[in-house]
Amino acid sequence: MDRRALSETDAAARAEELARAAYGRLLAILAARDGDIEAAEDCLADAFERALRTWPETGVPDNPAAWLLTVARNRRHDLRRTAAERLTGPLDDAVRSAALAVVEELDPDAIPDRRLALLFVCAHPAIDPAVRTPLMLQAVLGFDAEQIARAFVVPGPTMAQRLVRAKRRIRDARIPFAVPDRDQMPARLGPVLEAIYGAYAIDFPLVAGLAPRESLAAESHYLAVTLAELLPDEPEALGLAGLISLSLARRPARETGGEFVTLDEQDASRWDPELIESGERYLRQARSLGQMGRFQIEAAIQSVHCARAVSGETDWRALLTLYEALLAIAPTLGARVAHAAVQGRVEGPAAGLAALDAIADVAVQRFQPAWATRAHLLAEGGRREEAVRAYERAISLTTDVAARRYLEGRCANVGAMD
Amino acid sequence: MRYALLIHYPQPAVPTVSQDEIKAGMAAFQAYAKALEDAGVLQSAEVLQTIANATSVSVKQGKLQVQDGPFAETKEAFAGIFVLDVPDLDAALAWAERCPAAHWGTVEIRPSAVRFVDGAWTGAH
Repeated sequence: MDRRALSETDAAARAEELARAAYGRLLAILAARDGDIEAAEDCLADAFERALRTWPETGVPDNPAAWLLTVARNRRHDLRRTAAERLTGPLDDAVRSAALAVVEELDPDAIPDRRLALLFVCAHPAIDPAVRTPLMLQAVLGFDAEQIARAFVVPGPTMAQRLVRAKRRIRDARIPFAVPDRDQMPARLGPVLEAIYGAYAIDFPLVAGLAPRESLAAESHYLAVTLAELLPDEPEALGLAGLISLSLARRPARETGGEFVTLDEQDASRWDPELIESGERYLRQARSLGQMGRFQIEAAIQSVHCARAVSGETDWRALLTLYEALLAIAPTLGARVAHAAVQGRVEGPAAGLAALDAIADVAVQRFQPAWATRAHLLAEGGRREEAVRAYERAISLTTDVAARRYLEGRCANVGAMD
Repeated sequence: MRYALLIHYPQPAVPTVSQDEIKAGMAAFQAYAKALEDAGVLQSAEVLQTIANATSVSVKQGKLQVQDGPFAETKEAFAGIFVLDVPDLDAALAWAERCPAAHWGTVEIRPSAVRFVDGAWTGAH
């Protein structure tokens, strides 16, 4: 890259581009040394600020990431030295120049990527599960607390406080910046996957009517893909990248003019073929490792749905088999209801209703998808009066405007058939 | 069935709330009330000024007492009310958990007993 002088906006644009591409890598390298994420963030922010001041005059350096890392690390050394001097008096010049020599021209490409360790730190068992996803968004993607707070619909200061507390805990309790070894991996990988999935599956309309729904989907996709690239031998990491890619692919077709469109009714030509292709690639890579898991099964379910874009139809029998496999390892309420819906599709509404009735969890009584599914199955089985009652119950539990309108439409149709 | 969602905020209210946050909070309440209205379940909604502007009145032993401030200093104070008409408690819960106020304080759900309509007290059903 040539060192021509840049306008301030050019420099700002370049720094921003770098911040997106390199933030997590640089922060992980800086924080890994002493586990102090807060201090690393401050120094990296200083470095970006200095880039904005000096690049318009000097031009963008040949290796801008190395420049940022060097400046940030020098800053970290300065701060540490000032702290040491306060305790022990000035360091002698020999020590000082030795310290400076070490930090010259650090090339992040020549340093192992520490983001994987950073992800494991963020989802460490000693960190509150509720703060793991926000912590990843901040440390790996560089979001500020205010942005994260908005996405999670919590007050800004509350989120900021939670993040600071978690970072101090990491520093003070010395949670190691390390990738777990083979023995520990199965136990430690789960929480990392959950936290990344959490950013995707977050119950977005936490505030009814606000529609930040899926606003973190792209970020969780980035984290999942990063994790899969860093752990290419972990089938579930690949499975999660496949799952998120394949579900994200259908996003453009989920709404038409503000109206909710069910999966069955979506126009498959509006799905994103590139995301489908990359999702399928992760899934194939995962399968080749020969060890099934929850995220791979969920990805396979998405893959069956996405196949309609090519074949024009949905293989419901394949879906039923996959849901049965999913229930065997992860019988969540959502999975059980989805399984009942598919069973109703394959074996008839009575079988689907029987599957719904077999769910013993009391939470099912106020689980909206269970009532919507029950209503569809009753309507299909010609039990119209019961269907209307189930629709009414589903509607009463629905706070999302578009979904409510959709159910009201279905309910009115069933009622009008008399 | 009518339910009141009673909003309680910790006291004293955080004085360091930024303008941006107030804006975000107002947007959230706007969207919430609109969703309630669109769903046809909203009967009324009212958000109150802080307890600093409260005046309490009581008559004790025939003597009128007017007090500057709330009737009792508590850790949490009443801050607003949404009255909903929904089929049952589960539906009321579904709306209460979506209330933006749940993130700042507590939303208490109270079934209505009677209300005054057209000159008479009537059941809430």
